[in-house]
Amino acid sequence: MKFDQPAQTNPIDQLKVVGRATDRVDGPLKTTGTAPYAYEQYQAAANPAYGYVVGAAIAKGRITAMDADEARHAPGVLAVITAGNAGKLGKGSHNTAALLGGPEIQHYHQAIALVVAETLEQARAAAQLLRVDYARSPGAYDLAAVRDTATEPAEAMPDSRVGDFDGAYARAPVKLDASYSTPDQAHAMMEPHATLAAWEGDKLTVWTANQMIAWARSDLAETLGLPEDKLRVVSPYIGGGFGGKLFLRADVVLAALGARAIGRPVKVALSRPLMFNNTTHRPATLQRIRLGAEADGRLTAIAHESWSGDLPGGGPELAVQQTRLLYAGANRLTALRLAVLDLPEGNAMRAPGEAPGLMALEMAMDEMAEKLGLDPVAFRILNDTQVDPEKPERPFSQRRLADCLRSGAERFGWHARRSPGSRREGNWLIGLGVAAAFRNNLVMKSGARVRLDRHGMLTVETDMTDIGTGSYTVIAQTAAEMLGLPLDKVAVRLGDSDFPVSAGSGGQWGANSATAGVYAACVRLRERVAERAGIPPAEASFADGQVRGGGGRGMTLAQAAAEGELVAEDSMEFGDLDQRYQQSTFGAHFVEVAVDYATAETRVRRMLAVCAAGRILNPKSARSQVIGAMTMGVGAALMEALHIDKRQGFFVNHDLAGYEVPVHADIPAQEVIFLDETDPMSSPMKAKGVGELGICGVGAAVANAIHNATGMRVRDYPITLDKLLPGMPERAELG
Amino acid sequence: MKSFTYEKAQSPAEAAAAAARIPGARFIAGGTNLLDLMKLEVETPAHLIDVNGLALDRLEPLSDGGLRVGALVRNTDLAADARVRRDYPVLARALLAGASGQLRNKATTAGNLLQRTRCAYFYDTNQPCNKRVPGSGCSALEGLSRPLALIGVSRACIASHPSDMAVAMRLLDAGVETVKADGSRRLIPIADFHRLPGDTPQHESALAPGELVTAVSLPPPLGGKHYYRKVRDRASYAFALVSVAAILQPDGSGRVALGGVAPRPWRLESAEAALPLGARAVTEQLLAGATPTQQNAFKIPLVQRTLSAVLAEAQG
Repeated sequence: MKFDQPAQTNPIDQLKVVGRATDRVDGPLKTTGTAPYAYEQYQAAANPAYGYVVGAAIAKGRITAMDADEARHAPGVLAVITAGNAGKLGKGSHNTAALLGGPEIQHYHQAIALVVAETLEQARAAAQLLRVDYARSPGAYDLAAVRDTATEPAEAMPDSRVGDFDGAYARAPVKLDASYSTPDQAHAMMEPHATLAAWEGDKLTVWTANQMIAWARSDLAETLGLPEDKLRVVSPYIGGGFGGKLFLRADVVLAALGARAIGRPVKVALSRPLMFNNTTHRPATLQRIRLGAEADGRLTAIAHESWSGDLPGGGPELAVQQTRLLYAGANRLTALRLAVLDLPEGNAMRAPGEAPGLMALEMAMDEMAEKLGLDPVAFRILNDTQVDPEKPERPFSQRRLADCLRSGAERFGWHARRSPGSRREGNWLIGLGVAAAFRNNLVMKSGARVRLDRHGMLTVETDMTDIGTGSYTVIAQTAAEMLGLPLDKVAVRLGDSDFPVSAGSGGQWGANSATAGVYAACVRLRERVAERAGIPPAEASFADGQVRGGGGRGMTLAQAAAEGELVAEDSMEFGDLDQRYQQSTFGAHFVEVAVDYATAETRVRRMLAVCAAGRILNPKSARSQVIGAMTMGVGAALMEALHIDKRQGFFVNHDLAGYEVPVHADIPAQEVIFLDETDPMSSPMKAKGVGELGICGVGAAVANAIHNATGMRVRDYPITLDKLLPGMPERAELG
Repeated sequence: MKSFTYEKAQSPAEAAAAAARIPGARFIAGGTNLLDLMKLEVETPAHLIDVNGLALDRLEPLSDGGLRVGALVRNTDLAADARVRRDYPVLARALLAGASGQLRNKATTAGNLLQRTRCAYFYDTNQPCNKRVPGSGCSALEGLSRPLALIGVSRACIASHPSDMAVAMRLLDAGVETVKADGSRRLIPIADFHRLPGDTPQHESALAPGELVTAVSLPPPLGGKHYYRKVRDRASYAFALVSVAAILQPDGSGRVALGGVAPRPWRLESAEAALPLGARAVTEQLLAGATPTQQNAFKIPLVQRTLSAVLAEAQG
């Protein structure tokens, strides 16, 4: 099915199931511990052996000698897999560095060996017996130091110039020129990368934790040099991803190699310390923003430049992409620069681009509002646009940013905000902050298969994944709505490469695209059911488990399938509506912080997000997505940072004690409001994504609240107390 | 984790004798620190002596009005004890400021005193660390030093002691009761219990080989107002950047100890005479001679400001 015209009224608009706050259908499995995650696939393959991954001890250089004899002869050891005995390996199209390194080492903790043994403990102990000699090469580990060597990543995003930025900026009566930085960040999801691999002849099945099944399969085929049809990738439950599981990683490749070497299934999970340097991370950015405005607050010049680094062949953090679309202004410049760094591979993490980009842009907007003497909410509304500012002939499909800001301000009590540093309660300095949220709505081709059996049970099969987001539930809701069934008559099977290829989970495209694919398959099934019932498909209606036509003809769906299962498969392909209309999601974040007068510790006291993101398929799971993202945004604002050892070239704080993310005590009351909206340009579901929108702008809202509380502007994230202390008022009375 | 042998100790004296006799032996109680370090092979004991069954889990009043805390009293139980809450609230608060409920349920009094540094380089066996591999060098001096110590340190090591409880114990002038391998017993003042790194950062306490902590004795209650103010990057479940433990008396006298700034709980009795002069004067004496790195120099004003807030609260 092709979606190339705006959606008309369709069965989803009934909203009997879709659009209602619905408990997750997979909830009981999760809360009872019976959902089999990759490492707990006990039924899948008998008698697995255990692999333990060894990471490189240097950041860049070569292995000059490796002695695995002692490890091979340690108790229980079955094999030691290294680049030397693994055979020729390719590299997946989504990978930058090799997943099994050696003799060349490209980054710290790059996998150099897998020790396979009868037990995890034996494999882990033997891994320590591997003797490796290295020859180090000098590397680049400091983005600021190599900033001037960065080049334009023309393929990823070329520079964009509209109008005459330099002239307009020079003429602007009010200007801002400020630099910001965001650190490297880790996904730090609870479940580490893990895989159980089993061969049957020349066929390989991997039970793994992956967001994008089709990518994993094609990259595994490329890496192992096998045809895709010999590979099956299964990933029904995933313990968090945030982009960290978008790609094939070392656990899959090494488990497959280990299982082949010993002729027996092998299980591999990355140890927690490997999670930070072995895998991908969100790259650090250095950003410069220049804004020029008329005295009345209208922006006339907007420039946003961002520098980031990655391994050779890697890509930039797209930190300027939202700036091309968020605010009006005739003269514009956006530019990315990419430097070579020999740190671990940078890649997507929740709202790649917008998350760090808005941390800078939305702080700059706060600073500019202050210079102009305007309220930050009013300043943003003043510079709102309903068209793509670079291509004014191209409208937004829906854009209710101003509504988000206005209604949020009212709900949050924004009028109570005072001038910076002027509100104090006991030992606490209190401040309010706001930021706009913006994230593009991407659409991806997505397929599904639906089966109706003689009991009237509908089963949906698609390789879509549920990374904790609620995919199972919104897909069940969609199928139930389309066929007029209650939720308990729908079973959803996900995350298996034997199922039709879906959009997968990434870029907040999953919910809208995958349910659109299920919609397409259900349209086909409705036709089959109507045929069986002898009803012209155009006249058939589906409700209460029955199909009905004119004149009272009809039957139950069970009866329709009585002679044999009815199966339909289709996919949704998207035309050029996303070219004709800019599709984006919008929101406004409001935050109240308290900063301790003595210690400069910041504690968030209240948060509100108002979101306009198309039809909300399941308000309950959507809210969970947004509050989770808000929590991650608090982490980015206040604590999350991978600390680089610039001599050795690695992230030093590589465990969950050293890489701090928010705990319960850090997160206060969070409120989420979804504006009532449908977007007929996005899909027949009229939905868009929310999973990434929720983090966009949060960091800046916290930072702006800290400024309002203290009068200080910290432009280097995270805003830890040591950066605030020098500017905190003295307690002169106590000396 | 390397393979190890294991035994359950039958008595404190036998445990100490066995630990001295068997090369590479370590005691294990709660295991909340040791097991993590063993999995990473930062610690590689050849033999574990499980002391959990030694009936050292009691709290007993002492004849002088003090309280003896058995070495195996769990952190949760110690923090919840009515006598501790009434007479030594600084200790209860310090305990509750540390770790998580689950960890406090397992962690013991002696184990808490003896927990090892959280310096990231100590945890990464690829990296030089004089504490882990003597003579290999200190990675932290020019690396990630923000969380680490700035006083009592050496060129060999700037690791900080991670315990909250130990700071309160030092403030209270607790005594550490031990039994040695030869069966003899002694009392080590807490001030002498933790060693500064010098050139041998691998030696962290005054304990002789095999010597087992059996109890920590608290002196009679001191009265006054008790404070434990822990400053950290997130609201819970994080090690202190700086902590200030204080007992302040109505006449303006008192005691102050610091966490997060030194390789051991940091207290200088001589500095406490300056309490009536205010936080700046006390901090100047407490941290005189500090050698911070660029990354952790903020701890000096942070100590002063935190102490200042504590003093203000005591007055208010």
